Amino acid sequence: MESWLEVGKLDEIPRLGARVVRTLHGDVAVFRAGDDQVFALDDRCPHKGGPLSQGIVYGHSVACPLHNWCIELNSGCAVAPDQGQARSHPVKVEDGVVYLQLAGARAAR
Amino acid sequence: MSKEKLVLIGNGMAGVRTLEELLELAPERYEISVFGAEPYGNYNRILLSPVLAGEKTINDIMLNDEQWYRDNQITLHKGKKVVEVNRARRQVIAEDGTVAPYDRLLLATGSNPFIIPVPGHELSGVVSFRDIQDVNAMLTASRQQRRAVVIGGGLLGLEAANGLLKQGMEVSVVHLLDTLMERQLDQPAAMLLKSSLEQRGLKFLMGAQTAAIIGDDRVRGVRFKDGSEVEADLVVMAVGIRPNAELAKKIVLHCERGVLVNATMQTYDPRVYAVGECVQHRGTSYGLVAPLFEQAKVCANHLAGFGYSRYRGSVTSTKLKVTGIDLFSAGNYVGGEGCEDIVYKDPGHGVYKKLVLKDNKIEGAVLYGDTVDGAWYFQLMRDGTDVSDIRAGLLFGQAHLGDSGHGGQNAVAMMADSAEICGCNGVCKGAIVKAITEKGLFTLDDVRAHTKASASCGSCTGLVEQLLANTVGDYSASPKEKPMCGCTDHTHEKVRKVIGEQHLTSIRAVMDFCEWRSADGCAKCRPALNYYLIAAWPNEVQDDYQSRFINERAHANIQKDGTYSVVPRIWGGVTTPAELRAIAEVADKYKVPTVKITGGQRIDLLGVKKEDLPRMWGDLNRAGFVSGHAYGKSLRTVKTCVGSEWCRFGTQDSTGLGIKIEKMTWGSWTPHKFKIAVSGCPRNCAEATIKDYGVVCVDSGYELHVGGNGGIKVRVTDLLCKVQTEEEVMEYCGAFMQVYREEAQYLERTAPWIERVGLSYVKQRVVEDAAGRRELYKRFLESQQLAQVDPWAERAEHGVDRHEFVPLKQVAQ
Repeated sequence: MESWLEVGKLDEIPRLGARVVRTLHGDVAVFRAGDDQVFALDDRCPHKGGPLSQGIVYGHSVACPLHNWCIELNSGCAVAPDQGQARSHPVKVEDGVVYLQLAGARAAR
Repeated sequence: MSKEKLVLIGNGMAGVRTLEELLELAPERYEISVFGAEPYGNYNRILLSPVLAGEKTINDIMLNDEQWYRDNQITLHKGKKVVEVNRARRQVIAEDGTVAPYDRLLLATGSNPFIIPVPGHELSGVVSFRDIQDVNAMLTASRQQRRAVVIGGGLLGLEAANGLLKQGMEVSVVHLLDTLMERQLDQPAAMLLKSSLEQRGLKFLMGAQTAAIIGDDRVRGVRFKDGSEVEADLVVMAVGIRPNAELAKKIVLHCERGVLVNATMQTYDPRVYAVGECVQHRGTSYGLVAPLFEQAKVCANHLAGFGYSRYRGSVTSTKLKVTGIDLFSAGNYVGGEGCEDIVYKDPGHGVYKKLVLKDNKIEGAVLYGDTVDGAWYFQLMRDGTDVSDIRAGLLFGQAHLGDSGHGGQNAVAMMADSAEICGCNGVCKGAIVKAITEKGLFTLDDVRAHTKASASCGSCTGLVEQLLANTVGDYSASPKEKPMCGCTDHTHEKVRKVIGEQHLTSIRAVMDFCEWRSADGCAKCRPALNYYLIAAWPNEVQDDYQSRFINERAHANIQKDGTYSVVPRIWGGVTTPAELRAIAEVADKYKVPTVKITGGQRIDLLGVKKEDLPRMWGDLNRAGFVSGHAYGKSLRTVKTCVGSEWCRFGTQDSTGLGIKIEKMTWGSWTPHKFKIAVSGCPRNCAEATIKDYGVVCVDSGYELHVGGNGGIKVRVTDLLCKVQTEEEVMEYCGAFMQVYREEAQYLERTAPWIERVGLSYVKQRVVEDAAGRRELYKRFLESQQLAQVDPWAERAEHGVDRHEFVPLKQVAQ
């Protein structure tokens, strides 16, 4: 049984924005797209480790604030021809509350 | 549901490029098959000349090998010539009886070499210069035979002649006219070209009209109208190409010289599209790669069902692909009624440059020997830039326009492979050339995407364009009307106009009105739209926080490790011991790792954690500081020298004036960062002549300078005018900033803006039109009333945007 962590209300994340969840394994960025879908990625760009949570969100993508790499929110993959992937974490919204599963913590068990 | 069927006839560059573009846009839409008469995959026809010259091999110039077709599930019928198309049944029929049904048909049958129908033109040993077979025939002949005659002294003929010469043959070029490459060159340039080709060993027979090719079963020579003869073992006919519309005519599509197409690349049968050299669009057929690729892009857009792209014809430039000969030609290089020529001639150094101007715009250019500025002239020409302000230095090139630094580093062809082209991303020449040849790149955007060269600051764009031109052969840059971004076809100007005219006050409204193609724009257009809205309707528009770059959201500069820097405003660079003590205390309290004096006479506190920012700002606020906006597309600093208060040379109170200006201008958002300086005398210690707005005090008043830039390309300011009073300095400053704010494109500094619109225009708005200047100044001050709110205080004291600075949650996992 996977454990879902309650991390906050959907309203606390700005639309077309992101918030950070601080974990023992580093920051996780939780994004809220224009259509209110949420996504969670490690807060590190696969390029030079830029904090993706600080980027501009559009569609289901985020532009890294350091060098403008474009990262897909659902997979964490860089858009071609850039290569690399930020780890993604399962995330869901129920009754306006955001729940997160930490992929790294699960793997560590 | 089964997929629609798309059949491509013609396995060449234009057709396959269309497929590539289509696969990007709608990879699943069609089941695709391709018929090609040649038994190869798709290769780069432009590079046949270097193959003939022995500088490249056939493998070097393959664009899509057979694996590519398999990978994309495309059926390739190679070596199969299509002989019939049944348009009623929608079937393509090949010579060997293969039948392929289609829903959409794409014709890309290319062109045929024109063979002069003189007696003997069918003899063995007479070849054209068009495909791999021709090149192989020439290479074989060069090993066994000695004497070659090339008929045609145009681009293709000279490249063929040069190749054969390199293969060790004795080569004579026969040309009907007295000047070589008369479609691209005027007489002086053609003379220089002829003499340098003669030095390499080519012989020329000018003004010679071919009457017959002589020989029995094999060619022996060429006879001319005047009865003279020349011996030859190989004759290459390179007198031009004709669109190959044979099949189109046979299946009764409307043709003239080529297949007629409209702006969506459709023929008179709407199910049948056509691209490439077989096409005639608005009376013109193109034989260069850039227009063909523009057509391919448009065609793919319609095949994919998007339906918004239009082909409007192309402006082309050419370059001779003969190693060691630099030649560039574009547009109307001859001149004529209402045109003026500017000419630079140095035959001793083998340099000739000519620009043809009409109504102060470049109509055409011929460059020989020094082609470094070809891409620049071509851009000015395409953009229709008014060059009257830069006319005096125009022929000396872009490097003499006032910008040096990276701009001065040129002549890319001479550079070593290890020379760094893109200083931001560390990309060297060899890597770019390799990517262009191996990945088959043709556009600046392609190179940016694959190598990152010129993808950051853009200062090496000119060099990359030169590399493309040198490597690919002919190259034309993107079309004149650049859309804002991939989300729209509208230009920056168009969007701004609509915002004003339709009174649009939100990003959503602009996107809806202009029919944006993406739901919420992209990282390129949203910040621009947000700025345009704020600049147009400062009283009404709600700043769209999520459309601002992080620095303007966090009111601090993000650093490479994700920390931030804090720069308090120090008015005019003048501070006090108490202020310095306060900064020192804040630095200690928050354990700031680096404290640095900036170039703008302020103090930078680097390495601050994001969550510490609001408290730190609160402490700074209490000591009397406000945000220095060191992070924004906004007024940065007003740099000053000490001026008449202390300096023995000072003529005016430059420090006091600088502070006044800063108090007036701080907090304003601008298209890009905006820097000001005030120097107290012409010694100019505040370096005012490389700022966006620079004031140099003189004994009799104040010189006002604009459009300077100390960045990527150093650009010295232009002198706007001289005024008598401080009040005028303030008024002109506000007015200049306001025109810039209202009219420049987002992310365009004042320097390129002024080069684009011309200094005369800026003078007219700010200096000559006194009533207009007062209006601008008034609008500037009005918008400042709302803009001069300290963003630090809002966040430190009033909890604005609190979510930005604290984590959503902290978990013990």
